[in-house]
Amino acid sequence: MSIRLIRSLRSTGPGAPRPHRRRLLAGGAALTAVVALSACGAKTDTAGASDKAAKIDVSGDTVKVGLLNSLSGTMAISEVTVRNSLQLAIEEINASGGVLGKKIKPISEDGASDWPTFAEKAQKLIEEDGVAATFGCWTSASRKAVKPVFEKNKSLLFYPVQYEGLEQSPYIFYTGATTNQQIVPALDYLKAQGKKKIYLVGSDYVFPRTANKIIKAYAAANGLQILGEDYAPLGSTEFGTIANKVKASKADAVFNTLNGDSNVAFFKEYKSAGLTAAKMPVVSVSIAEEEVKSIGPQYLAGQLTAWNYYQTTPGAANDTFVAAYKAEYGADKPTSDPMEAAYTSVHLWKAMVEKAKSFDPEKVRAAADGITFAAPEGTVTVDGATQHIYKTARIGRIGSDGLIKQVWDSGEPIGPDPYLKGYSWASGLS
Amino acid sequence: MNALKGRAARAWYGFAAGAVLLFAVAPAALSDFRLGLFAKYLCMAMVAVGICLAWGRGGLLTLGQGVFFGLGGYAMAMHLKLADAGPGNLPDFMQLYGTATELPWWWRPFANPAVALAATVLLPVAVAALLGLLVFRRRVKGAYFAILGQALAAAFAIWLVGQQATTGGTNGLTDIQGFFGYDLHDPVNQRMVYFVIAAVLLLVVLLARQLIHSRYGELLVAVRDAEERVRFLGYNPANVKLVAYVVAAGTAGLAGALFVPAVGIISPALVGIVPSIEFVIGAAVGGRASLAGAVLGAVAVAWARTALSEEFPAAWTYFQGLLFVVALAFLPGGLASLPAVVRRRRAAAPVAVGEAA
Repeated sequence: MSIRLIRSLRSTGPGAPRPHRRRLLAGGAALTAVVALSACGAKTDTAGASDKAAKIDVSGDTVKVGLLNSLSGTMAISEVTVRNSLQLAIEEINASGGVLGKKIKPISEDGASDWPTFAEKAQKLIEEDGVAATFGCWTSASRKAVKPVFEKNKSLLFYPVQYEGLEQSPYIFYTGATTNQQIVPALDYLKAQGKKKIYLVGSDYVFPRTANKIIKAYAAANGLQILGEDYAPLGSTEFGTIANKVKASKADAVFNTLNGDSNVAFFKEYKSAGLTAAKMPVVSVSIAEEEVKSIGPQYLAGQLTAWNYYQTTPGAANDTFVAAYKAEYGADKPTSDPMEAAYTSVHLWKAMVEKAKSFDPEKVRAAADGITFAAPEGTVTVDGATQHIYKTARIGRIGSDGLIKQVWDSGEPIGPDPYLKGYSWASGLS
Repeated sequence: MNALKGRAARAWYGFAAGAVLLFAVAPAALSDFRLGLFAKYLCMAMVAVGICLAWGRGGLLTLGQGVFFGLGGYAMAMHLKLADAGPGNLPDFMQLYGTATELPWWWRPFANPAVALAATVLLPVAVAALLGLLVFRRRVKGAYFAILGQALAAAFAIWLVGQQATTGGTNGLTDIQGFFGYDLHDPVNQRMVYFVIAAVLLLVVLLARQLIHSRYGELLVAVRDAEERVRFLGYNPANVKLVAYVVAAGTAGLAGALFVPAVGIISPALVGIVPSIEFVIGAAVGGRASLAGAVLGAVAVAWARTALSEEFPAAWTYFQGLLFVVALAFLPGGLASLPAVVRRRRAAAPVAVGEAA
């Protein structure tokens, strides 16, 4: 290193003006001017200025629909099953002549278990592909991320998974259960069984936290006691502490809103802590047939679940659905509640379009009220006001064969009440 | 001296070409949707500029840039959510998940646009300065420094998820309607956001270039290559590194802040371990020591992600992985070293890697 270089290193302050400093200033000024010139869009307070309807591509003899599920990342294991059953429904509809004389052409996108990616792909499906409707999303976070995209483009999303309620977007149809069709009936069931002391275990994200808020409000009004509430980070497999806390609490039952892999670790710890379904049953709201298979029925046998559909649900429509699914994807593949809701959502959209005689989302929405479909879970009806559907609540017991047998149902489909307006104890929730 | 002039001139031509591309070609050639995506890629490029400085030039493997990106993003999103809700009202998600009936104290300053804008840069800068002071003074370096960054990113993401009532939890802050009074749903305003991002990127690149080619920039490289020797010459390497780290944090914060109006969401998924690594990968593929390489690499990786996932929705992750492996195995200096590698092959004479800036 030369002496001159060292000297130059030592004085780090501003040196002599550099030749290109002036050019920098000129460049900066030019950029500012361009930016200033381009800033002339609508302001937020001028309502309706940005209204634009989605352009649906109905040229040719096909109509496009978007399939937006995670095919990679942590949610892929669950969402791929939904994708499969969406495709099954589309094939069925195409085989019987399509919708309004047009074959459905599915456009597949990967949400990659990443919420901003969901928003990006939703925009792509609407703007670039001109889809008539989009089917998909699983997690509430992904739904929240795409909700503004569908609303601003006035395009339809069919969301097939049970969720935490407290939402009603004019451009989303919710074909999974809202809280009063799953969680509230499950609590009613526990209460009727004489389970008074309940422990809450969940993954740390929106659905469990909101569900538990509702459960606590219900408990306060119905004389149930909540002994504890624990959250594990998504994907956590460390449940020794929680299992011991649950055991020490001597609760009558556990309400489980854990998601995905965490259930494996939780139920293993639960069993090794000496807790059984007979002593302290666990009611799970996120474990369906597919998850039972991956967790292992030996850890789950005898435990309870709350859904609106099981593979074992009786009825001709379900027999056909299960047989068709197994024929397409393999005899060892189970069907589950979100898959059924996804399958149903495509058929409901078809019925709405045919009633509206148009693919226009506004006309489809207007035609939605009262649409029925003989779904695998039984006949479902669309409630036009909330854009949810009437669903029968079902409590099931997990068998050692991995299938879930129904032990109780609500008798008739329950009307959707996403904001729990019909329940006085829930008045402080939203 | 002539060679130096030639290099400076080349850099200016490159810069001018970039400006023309960003302000004339891209807006004319791309649809509104693609331009929106491009705006997002440019935010990634902005983070890469900071990584180029800190890692490429300073040898600090910054695997925690998600934290600074997130601080900037959340600062901006908090202000926009408050502006959407209107004065005196709570943001929509707080009404849904929150228990409090009034705004938490640490949200309040963000109601002021000037405070929020300043915070998008100053907050990451302050955190980086504090952390850098502790870490560099104690001479933590190499893998330990990288692991620290990752741990910080993981901790920040977990904290955000846990505070659902005040941060929106896993959902993050979504459904952002306006940007300082302009309706973000209007394509004209989306274009404006793009131009702002493009302009800021160019300014950031200019400033980074000035810094790299200043005396400080040479000192930084000297610290990277022979820290002990620089110390014996009477400098404090801790301060030299601190400046690079803080500047990288500030640019990441700025990128996060601009990402919010461009994409309309900021969530813990954008600040954790995985995005922090992805930021670094972009710079690595392009060539971390070269400003142009880092910027182009970040844009190329983000673009490839979109293109591959649209073309092969079921298998794109494999292609993406393959791309990284091939790029880093055969071009350790990144794409920016390609001309040098080609020249070396031709002349069979050694040429420094990563000097294409």
